[in-house]
Amino acid sequence: MMNFSYARAESVGEAIAAVSGDPHARYIAGGTNLVDLMKYDVERPGRLVDITRLPLREIAATAGGGIRIGALVPNSDLAYDARVERDYPLLASAILAGASAQLRNAATTGGNLLQRTRCYYFYDVGAPCNKRAPGSGCGAIGGVNRIHAILGASESCIATHPSDMCVALAALEAVVHVAGPGGERTIAFEDFHRLPGDRPEADNTLRHGELITAVELPAPRFGPHHTYLKLRDRLSYAFALVSVAAGLELEGDTIRDARVALGGVAHKPWRVPEAETLLRGQKPSREAFGAAAERLLQGARGQGDNDFKIELARRAVVRALEQAAAATPQRQSDKSIN
Amino acid sequence: MVYVSGAPGAVTVSLTVNGKPQTLSVAPSTTVLDLLRERLHLTGTKKGCDQGQCGACTVLIDGRRVNSCLQLAVMNDGREITTIEGLGAPGGLHPMQEAFVAHDAFQCGYCTPGQICSAVALLKEGRARTRAEIRELMSGNLCRCGAYTNIVDAVEAVMGAGASQEAAE
Ligand SMILES: Cc1cc2nc3c(=O)[nH]c(=O)nc-3n(C[C@H](O)[C@H](O)[C@H](O)COP(=O)(O)OP(=O)(O)OC[C@H]3O[C@@H](n4cnc5c(N)ncnc54)[C@H](O)[C@@H]3O)c2cc1C
Ligand code: SF4
Ligand code: FES
Ligand code: FES
Repeated sequence: MMNFSYARAESVGEAIAAVSGDPHARYIAGGTNLVDLMKYDVERPGRLVDITRLPLREIAATAGGGIRIGALVPNSDLAYDARVERDYPLLASAILAGASAQLRNAATTGGNLLQRTRCYYFYDVGAPCNKRAPGSGCGAIGGVNRIHAILGASESCIATHPSDMCVALAALEAVVHVAGPGGERTIAFEDFHRLPGDRPEADNTLRHGELITAVELPAPRFGPHHTYLKLRDRLSYAFALVSVAAGLELEGDTIRDARVALGGVAHKPWRVPEAETLLRGQKPSREAFGAAAERLLQGARGQGDNDFKIELARRAVVRALEQAAAATPQRQSDKSIN
Repeated sequence: MVYVSGAPGAVTVSLTVNGKPQTLSVAPSTTVLDLLRERLHLTGTKKGCDQGQCGACTVLIDGRRVNSCLQLAVMNDGREITTIEGLGAPGGLHPMQEAFVAHDAFQCGYCTPGQICSAVALLKEGRARTRAEIRELMSGNLCRCGAYTNIVDAVEAVMGAGASQEAAE
């Protein structure tokens, strides 16, 4: 690990000033991603600004009937929060599908959004990688790419965003609150992460020095009609090959509205509003769900090792929508999929 | 806000480790795991992967289980750390340690300190009721010897003992 200087921020303003004034400075929260990457010299910050003592640990009700989650709320506390369990079980389930109990205790809400890809070449400083070293090439294209993207990839990068929580946040249409040297702003979740294009080094639209202060959720809408379905190479403590966060608003047996986001398939949680529109006014059925899946995966392209993801994702979408319609969400401790 | 440089010994941290206050000078890059093993010679906590992928380094910080390999010591200034040595020792074993012995819940033993710290926290969290839930919530602790079945037996036994104790109270 490269040497770095360290400072503990006592206030939000102090933290922002410290990072925005130094291009080599970085925030550190739970450290579960940054410390790991620093050990491999993938990340080499010159100074770390510790934000863990900032007062960003509350989950507060909003005037609009939603909640505002402080950036430092640990993933485990968020998943087990009584309001989240009751009103946003999709979020709780997605969080509990990720990492391990130990990691969830340390990982924070803000840090989870900013975790970096698990692409093997990104981690290997001896390999070419446009994300880590812009212009060096992409080891994964034509290389080992079982875990890589089937949607929205570019000639420069085919990495996926590894978060489970973010897939649920996309389906729940969260809003990210940030504060920076120029003041505060909010970013709609779909605009937060970006596709790689010819700038894969930028995972998201946050500017240097901007601090995530909170993630806000609108009022709950899906009642019991939701699920988080995660498929992976082993049954726990592994990143998603494909995951689906689904929520349905049902009126009798008619779908009034739907939200579906895919994880493990693109550089960001993948949503296609037209696929959701297709479901409106339909009765839950395999055919209707199949058509939505078809639309979600339109343009999907395999890279060789990950070709299987296209069919896997298609089937996972159908199954997840069936689970959501039946109000039988996947339990993360239940390893059979019904 | 005070910056400390990256040099070894640049920063002083005060921690309570297994009930004992400790003040040490470290580099900002020193992890809790290395501090425990290299500086305090508490070698019960194991280094497996050093990457958060195996759970061998699990300790309790302020009562919560975390991977000590991913924790910078300097960030844990003022906190309380409990390691396997602090849970119990021969002659006064923690019920979870006794259960691991009774159920033969290990072979080589390398993952065991992490498994036991994790299991103690699992019980305190109170989120596991079934064997499937124990398995899921213990999945952050790998066992290359594959002692999983007996590990779950041990955890279940202590959990059951706790439940029947509660019922009796
Ligand atoms: C072995 C292993 C398995 C895992 N499995 C999964 C999994 O299955 N699913 C899953 O979703 N995740 C998984 N994770 C990833 C884990 O969820 C992330 O590492 C974690 O959420 C990151 O949060 P953190 O607070 O520790 O971030 P840190 O490591 O502290 O920070 C990550 C990045 O975010 C920046 N940052 C942090 N907070 C802020 C803020 N408030 N404002 C601005 N910038 C900020 C930091 O500068 C850094 O660049 C796994 C991790 C490991 C090590
Ligand atoms: S897929 Fe992206 S992260 Fe992976 S090697 Fe290519 S450029 Fe790097
Ligand atoms: S040594 Fe920390 S998780 Fe493996
Ligand atoms: S007993 Fe050998 S690794 Fe678990």
